[in-house]
Amino acid sequence: MTIDQLQAAAANNLWAAITPEIALGVLALLLLVLEMILPKARHAVIPACAIAGQLGILAALALNFTATPYLDRDTFNGLLHHSRDGQFLRVFFLLSSILVSILGVVALARQKMPRVEFFHIVLVVTAAMMLLAQSANFVLLFVALETITVGFYILVSYTRTNPLSLEAGLKYLVLGALSSAILLFGIVLLYGVAGNPHSFGSTASPMSYAGVRQFLEANPDNFLASVGIVFVLAGIAFKIGAVPFQIWIPDVYQGAPTPVTAFLAVASKAAGFAVLIGLLPVFQPYAGLVTAVLSIMAGATILFGNLAALTQHNVKRLLGLSGVSHAGYLLMGVVAAQTVPQAIGAIYFYLFAYLLASFAVFAVMTHVAGVNDADQDLDHYADFAKKRPYLAGVLAIGLGSLAGIPPLAGFMGKLMVFIAAFKAGLYPLLAIAIVGVVLSIYYYFGWIKAAFFTTWRPPLAPGEIEPAEAAATPVGFPAGLALGVLAAGSVIFGFFQGPIAAWLLLR
Amino acid sequence: MPDLLLLSIAAPLAAALLLLVPAPLAARKFIAGIGFALPALIALYLWSQFPPNGGASYHFVSRYDTGLKDTLGITLYLGLNGIALPLFVLAGVVGLAAGLFAIQSKAERLPLYLGLLLVMQAGLMGVFASMDVFFFYFFHELALIPTFIMVGVWGGRDRGYAAMKLTIYLTLGAMLSLIGLIAIYQQSGAETFDLLSLRQEIEHGSLAASDQKTIFGLLMVGFGILVSLFPFHTWAPLGYGAAPSSAAMLHAGVLKKFGLYGLIQIALPLLPEGVGHWVGWLALLAVGGNVLYIGFVTIAQRDLKQMIGYSSVMHMGYAFLGIAAYNTTGLGGVVLMMVAHGLSVALLFLLSTSIYHRTQTFDMEEMGGLAQKAPVLAAFFVTAIMASIGLPGLANFWGELAIFVGAWKFSAVYTTLAVSGVIISAVYGLRSVARIFFGPVTPAFAKVSTEKAPTDLAWGEKFPALLLLAALLAIGFWPKSLSTPVDTAITATFRK
Repeated sequence: MTIDQLQAAAANNLWAAITPEIALGVLALLLLVLEMILPKARHAVIPACAIAGQLGILAALALNFTATPYLDRDTFNGLLHHSRDGQFLRVFFLLSSILVSILGVVALARQKMPRVEFFHIVLVVTAAMMLLAQSANFVLLFVALETITVGFYILVSYTRTNPLSLEAGLKYLVLGALSSAILLFGIVLLYGVAGNPHSFGSTASPMSYAGVRQFLEANPDNFLASVGIVFVLAGIAFKIGAVPFQIWIPDVYQGAPTPVTAFLAVASKAAGFAVLIGLLPVFQPYAGLVTAVLSIMAGATILFGNLAALTQHNVKRLLGLSGVSHAGYLLMGVVAAQTVPQAIGAIYFYLFAYLLASFAVFAVMTHVAGVNDADQDLDHYADFAKKRPYLAGVLAIGLGSLAGIPPLAGFMGKLMVFIAAFKAGLYPLLAIAIVGVVLSIYYYFGWIKAAFFTTWRPPLAPGEIEPAEAAATPVGFPAGLALGVLAAGSVIFGFFQGPIAAWLLLR
Repeated sequence: MPDLLLLSIAAPLAAALLLLVPAPLAARKFIAGIGFALPALIALYLWSQFPPNGGASYHFVSRYDTGLKDTLGITLYLGLNGIALPLFVLAGVVGLAAGLFAIQSKAERLPLYLGLLLVMQAGLMGVFASMDVFFFYFFHELALIPTFIMVGVWGGRDRGYAAMKLTIYLTLGAMLSLIGLIAIYQQSGAETFDLLSLRQEIEHGSLAASDQKTIFGLLMVGFGILVSLFPFHTWAPLGYGAAPSSAAMLHAGVLKKFGLYGLIQIALPLLPEGVGHWVGWLALLAVGGNVLYIGFVTIAQRDLKQMIGYSSVMHMGYAFLGIAAYNTTGLGGVVLMMVAHGLSVALLFLLSTSIYHRTQTFDMEEMGGLAQKAPVLAAFFVTAIMASIGLPGLANFWGELAIFVGAWKFSAVYTTLAVSGVIISAVYGLRSVARIFFGPVTPAFAKVSTEKAPTDLAWGEKFPALLLLAALLAIGFWPKSLSTPVDTAITATFRK
């Protein structure tokens, strides 16, 4: 490279374009500094700083939402592409990290654990997710994805005194490394065939989305490229928990601390879908292959998730497996998105509704959980509506929205995805999806039933005393406010989707 | 005043929200009462303002954008035509009766119970006021969810099982009809859920006959499950048996009519070429299954609420037969019968709870001689049963008559079989009257009545019952008040 080329390349490094990501990184480091300089008694302000800082970044991001000058531009020599979807996903990931931080405060109060690192890692992972959503290059994709995954290895096994948490961390580590390897292998195959100067239509930049696409267009039936595409899809399928790469989900979801489970369920899954949607135009010349792979996955994922969730009693496992089925509905939307552009907006609205509902449910679970975070059973919700009516109300709204019941936001998301799938003519998948929705009613309403309907208890044997109930975690102000906002959001976006839906769907 | 329709939906919802605010019970009851009364008053007022021969077109039209207008073609589009008006009035009247009955009941956690009923009421008003197919579905689900919780929390025997079964069945029906509605939206190329635009689009022949056939099949089964079409009826008697009385009144009386209304207002006019393929099956299931088979099952019931539940399943058979007949007389009869059946079955569920409070049982074998202690209750119950059998002078008679006349042109055999169903109704209806109110006092009832002497109907129970009875009699003696708008609407929609 000559000096001129390097200078031209450096001139394209517009650091201001990634201000939110940099701000998150600085905030993360600042937390560690604060831990060193503040006296131990004052450490309680650090999580508050983390949340306040994120709120500030969120506000700045919202103000510059459409005003940012980098919209529809490539920066960092094509490593990043800034788009409206990218802006939406930035807000999405930031919202989830704020909620995870709030839940983290509640959950960590019960554990004797270092506090600050939790928030630090959450912030770093979030910044990586934001970059991932805007990446336009396989190298950045892999680096960002690995940053996320490594962060999650630590977060999943965060309660290191709990063997289940450690087991979950190990499982996630082994299977996560395997999936990263598969993904990397796929990327390398694509790189190899696209960058081979002897092959027809080879490209000078075989790591960039544009370059790979150019090669695939010129070679619509290259065997190695097909294998590479399938491997890349498989690697992403692991992140979103699609069948047959869902085996890790129940154990990891159960073992991980509840806020981390929520982070995995919402943000990590959304990140996977962001990558998938970003890659759709790249793999467009192989649309037949992609459709075949994703359709089979979607159908199997919907059925497996719902059937497996039917018999669960541990609510974390239940939510994990029901989350698998949600990945299936979303995959159906991705298949549709190949021919119906509106489907992309439908997927994002679905994810947004899923965020509201999932965090509502996970927030309630965080307040119900005892010291052993992995032990959360349906039986713990007996007489819940009488004992804690506020939490029970939020839980009912969250579960109803997850089940896709009008007038809640989750229903609107499902409707949009179903309409898109219908437009794309995916009738067999729609039939499977209907079976899935009806099955899901059983376990979602089974949970509502456990919380609301009066339960019969065996009378006490003579001499037996009523087992003392574990002290319930009180609902503090920030968590209570978050719960209220999430529940209200699910209801309001069910009735009135307003400009958000119009903005997402118009394309 | 076009916004009145929106108000009739928003008022109960607002009242339900207000009930969440801690306040003395009397104040909350008052708020709930307003929430129930406003929709009923609006419905009656709009009925009086409805142009006598203007049933064919929509009136009181208003339109609101919820953010999906440009992208999905969904708007909150409200208005009433001659088919929607009677059902809108029905929803208002039965809602008021059920609400008043609930307010005077001694249910546990009464504010929550009233709040859920109010949400259900809002959904019911919305279903029949919607001119947008999407919101028609949306409001149905809004009304359905409270039913699940009410059955599960305030229900009677087997409530947990009944609530789950009811919800799973009804979700299946709703999902099938949703896919059918999306299919109409998509295959017609209209890309809008607005009923009028859909109609225009399809009149130009944009929906192929084979598509119409498939979609009608989907809607028939989907809506059929919601209306308890044989053999998808098993949720109904079980659910109604377990449901608290006001929820059963609203569900059996009004919400269940959603499926029939959807068939008449949406499926038949939009899919004329798909109907012919299915009417044979529909008539067979309706007459052979709902009327005759379920008729005999009803005779065998000992439990009063189960008997009313099965009888309502049986009466849906007549409605399906009228739809299968697919002519103006038959369809007009179905709309009239939907209103009449809604009023009479709501009255029966109300009275059965009043009977339970006096006998402490729903088992009719353990009752007897209640008429001596509660003559007014007996008079009400006898009238309600007579209405349900189809005695002239009460609303149901006109509906059933028109259905039979319409169905005769369709098939004489099915009509004859269906008419013989009236005898079955008479058998179980009159037998239940005899068992509950007349004959010797059973030892079980004697024991109950010595512990707590049964009183006659109190005003709190009498007033809602009177409301329903007055409506039944008014329509029975003056059917033209409803049949004129229905007739003009049906004739204009089905020109054949």
